[in-house]
Amino acid sequence: MESTRRLFTQTAAGAAAGMVLTACGPKRLYEVPKDRLKTAIADLEQRYKEQHHKDIRVSDAGPIPGVQFAYALDISRCIGCRRCVYACVAENNQSRDPQIHWIRVFAMEKDKGVDFSHADAYYNPAEVPEDGHFYVPVSCQQCENPPCTKVCPTGATWAEKDGIVVIDYDWCIGCRYCMAACPYGARHFNWSEPTIPEAELNTNTHYLGNRPRPKGVVEKCTFCIQRSRDGRYPACVEVCPVGARKFGNVLDPDSEIRYIIEHKRVLVLKEELNTVPRFFYFYAT
Amino acid sequence: MQPSAVTSIRLFSGFTRGSVKLILRGNRAYWTWLAFLGALVFSGVLAYSEQVRQGLGLTAMRDQVSWGFYIGNFTFLVGVAAAAVVLVIPAYIYNWKPIREIVIYGELLAISAITMCLLFVMVDIGRPDRFWHLIPPFGYLNFPRSVLAWDVLVLNLYFLINFSVATHILYRAFHGKHYLKRFVVPMVLLSVPMAVGIHTVTAFLYNGLAARPYWNSSILAPQFLASAFCSGPAILLIVLQVLRRFTRFEIQDAAIWKVAELMAYAMFLNLFLHGAEAFKEFYSNTQHLLFTRYWYFGVGGHHTLVPYAWSAVALNLASFALFISPVTRRNFWTLNIGCLATYAGVYIEKGMGLIIPGLTPDTLGEIYEYYPTLTELRVAAGIFALGFLVFTLMLKVAVPISLGEFMGRKEAAPEPALVR
Amino acid sequence: MRRFLLLLSGVALVAADGPKVPSAPAGAERVEVAPPPFSEGIFPCTSCHSGMPVDRTRRELTAMHTDIVLKHDETHRWCLDCHDATNRDVLHLASGEQVPFDESYRVCGQCHGEKYRDWRAGVHGRRTGNWNGAKGYLLCAHCHNPHQPHFKALAPKPAPRPPSRDLARRP
Repeated sequence: MESTRRLFTQTAAGAAAGMVLTACGPKRLYEVPKDRLKTAIADLEQRYKEQHHKDIRVSDAGPIPGVQFAYALDISRCIGCRRCVYACVAENNQSRDPQIHWIRVFAMEKDKGVDFSHADAYYNPAEVPEDGHFYVPVSCQQCENPPCTKVCPTGATWAEKDGIVVIDYDWCIGCRYCMAACPYGARHFNWSEPTIPEAELNTNTHYLGNRPRPKGVVEKCTFCIQRSRDGRYPACVEVCPVGARKFGNVLDPDSEIRYIIEHKRVLVLKEELNTVPRFFYFYAT
Repeated sequence: MQPSAVTSIRLFSGFTRGSVKLILRGNRAYWTWLAFLGALVFSGVLAYSEQVRQGLGLTAMRDQVSWGFYIGNFTFLVGVAAAAVVLVIPAYIYNWKPIREIVIYGELLAISAITMCLLFVMVDIGRPDRFWHLIPPFGYLNFPRSVLAWDVLVLNLYFLINFSVATHILYRAFHGKHYLKRFVVPMVLLSVPMAVGIHTVTAFLYNGLAARPYWNSSILAPQFLASAFCSGPAILLIVLQVLRRFTRFEIQDAAIWKVAELMAYAMFLNLFLHGAEAFKEFYSNTQHLLFTRYWYFGVGGHHTLVPYAWSAVALNLASFALFISPVTRRNFWTLNIGCLATYAGVYIEKGMGLIIPGLTPDTLGEIYEYYPTLTELRVAAGIFALGFLVFTLMLKVAVPISLGEFMGRKEAAPEPALVR
Repeated sequence: MRRFLLLLSGVALVAADGPKVPSAPAGAERVEVAPPPFSEGIFPCTSCHSGMPVDRTRRELTAMHTDIVLKHDETHRWCLDCHDATNRDVLHLASGEQVPFDESYRVCGQCHGEKYRDWRAGVHGRRTGNWNGAKGYLLCAHCHNPHQPHFKALAPKPAPRPPSRDLARRP
């Protein structure tokens, strides 16, 4: 009873707030004038405080001019330890139950090469790397030509100027068309109310990134937008014990990401689909 | 003579009161039918409210198979809605008298089907409280880039066309007047490309996704139309026979047989396109074969859908045989068996046989075997029951109007006012 | 994809001579690194070795440093091929040039040239810091034990839960 009433009031309040804010002018909340966005964020922070009993800071930092992010992953180095998966879960406030992982690591056989029809995401040996296997972690490729953004009926997902494909969690209606459209299985849905232990909540969030999401919306990797727009590496890059993950501004001629693209044998997944990912895989050796 | 405003209101309230009386009057079979539908609707409402409370996790859909039973039913019902056109094309374009009597029932079926389609979409989205995000000016419709935005527009437009034509014809008949040709004929002619349009757009929803090779095939739109035209009218044929049995409604055998014949040709096209798809997949033998193989033969140890696949093939072939041969077509036993067979066959092939193999294995090769949960079955049954209920109640009013038994004026027309 | 790369290389050609990687010849720019990962109390080595006679005979050590098992081209090399015989507080290159421990990358770079070049570009090994600002370099020795560089296998973190029809029901 209590939860149904709460659910009703929250839904009604959310819907009313949404209607008021978008009734006239730009439709997607992120496009509203800065002062209205600030008000919306203040309300959001207040709501989070009531829900999670913590002060959660929601940033609305925009893209940095002259920056185009790109990512490179060295599959000759990755040992499949999955530390990136769990660093991402902690940093980005992913639901623990039901379990959501933005990064999935696939164990593949060396004699079959990169072939998803013979890949296993559920490998669980005592130690990694296993003989004869290599590992390919997959998350959102932040495509230049994203198949997911063009199918969204409400325009709740779009590519930002710095290349990150983002989702407005308060605008998404949960139709999951984008999930059908994504060739990389990068998008995940909140099938039930997400649960995050309060002690593990990351309070440093971004409006389009790792702020706590409601049930019934889609979410995915955002290149740790709360970190990358602050100049920092994404959590997965920092935690990788073998340094297989590289990230930076591809327009900066001195960046390591530029060096990789120009000097290493890079490949992208499902190149024939013409999605032009910003996520490159390479072999350093 | 145009009635004054007061007369119009009086006539309309008379129509409403009369309709309510008609709906409340029926024999035991009628009330049993309504009670049955009502029970299913009630069960569906309960199941859906639980789904809203706990989230779509109550369904069997997961990230790997993110669309399932609801969207499968939606796709099938768009086909049923489009199939009303099968009756319209011969009626108005070729001026075929026997079919013109029954076109109105095709439109009522289209209205019920579109209602069910919209309901299936509503129960499938994660945030039904946000559906207004689709409606400008409050929301934002990503037209023309998103095919789903196109679908929202054409489905609602098709609904409006059918609704306005049907209600116009019936209300004019209620007044003892003929429908306005200059309104009805253009609208009905528009409904033909619209019917093709709704199902083409729905096919494009799947067709445009390069991520799903099973759907990314050029024949999808023609195949959708073929399977719609061979299955949608089946319900109508059964309903018309029921009406003929229980009311004074008259319909020539020739009309029923003609519709069945057209369905046979559509089924041929459907089977041919399936065969073409199967040839391409099995002969080229690329990795994309995996999805077709999962549907017909299973992959690894996963065989859940295989019995459904072959049942659909058998049912489709059986109904084709029954409809193409004039002997079995004209025998009402075999005709009705054929109707049930084609409805079931296309339901399986377009529901489970389209959505699930398209998503299994998923984009990264994982196989999650989806089949609906009890919640999904209850909600779907509730929506079907609601659609049938709407159709039943509309027929309860429309049939007496078309027979001249339910009229606004005292004198009944000498013949059914629908036929010209 | 090819167009994107072409554009990228085009930009590079036009804009500069290519990515400015710190160049590798001897005596070139020094890379600022985190402090070398010495074992507790082992440095400075001269606290023991300043008075000791120098024995350049290739042998298995028995008196001290017995915990170090050399598994790094041990058929051809031994301790004094990297550690300087006359001053144990430094390492030395093949030319004889002495190199302090916080520049040990120059020693490794003699044989592992391409890794050294990649490391200077920030592509080999872990990086901490900011993509648009100060970056932290680690020494080779921070990840690779110079005496036994082969990585030990790690226990992987738990596999994801496969999708299941039952989601935990919460009241």
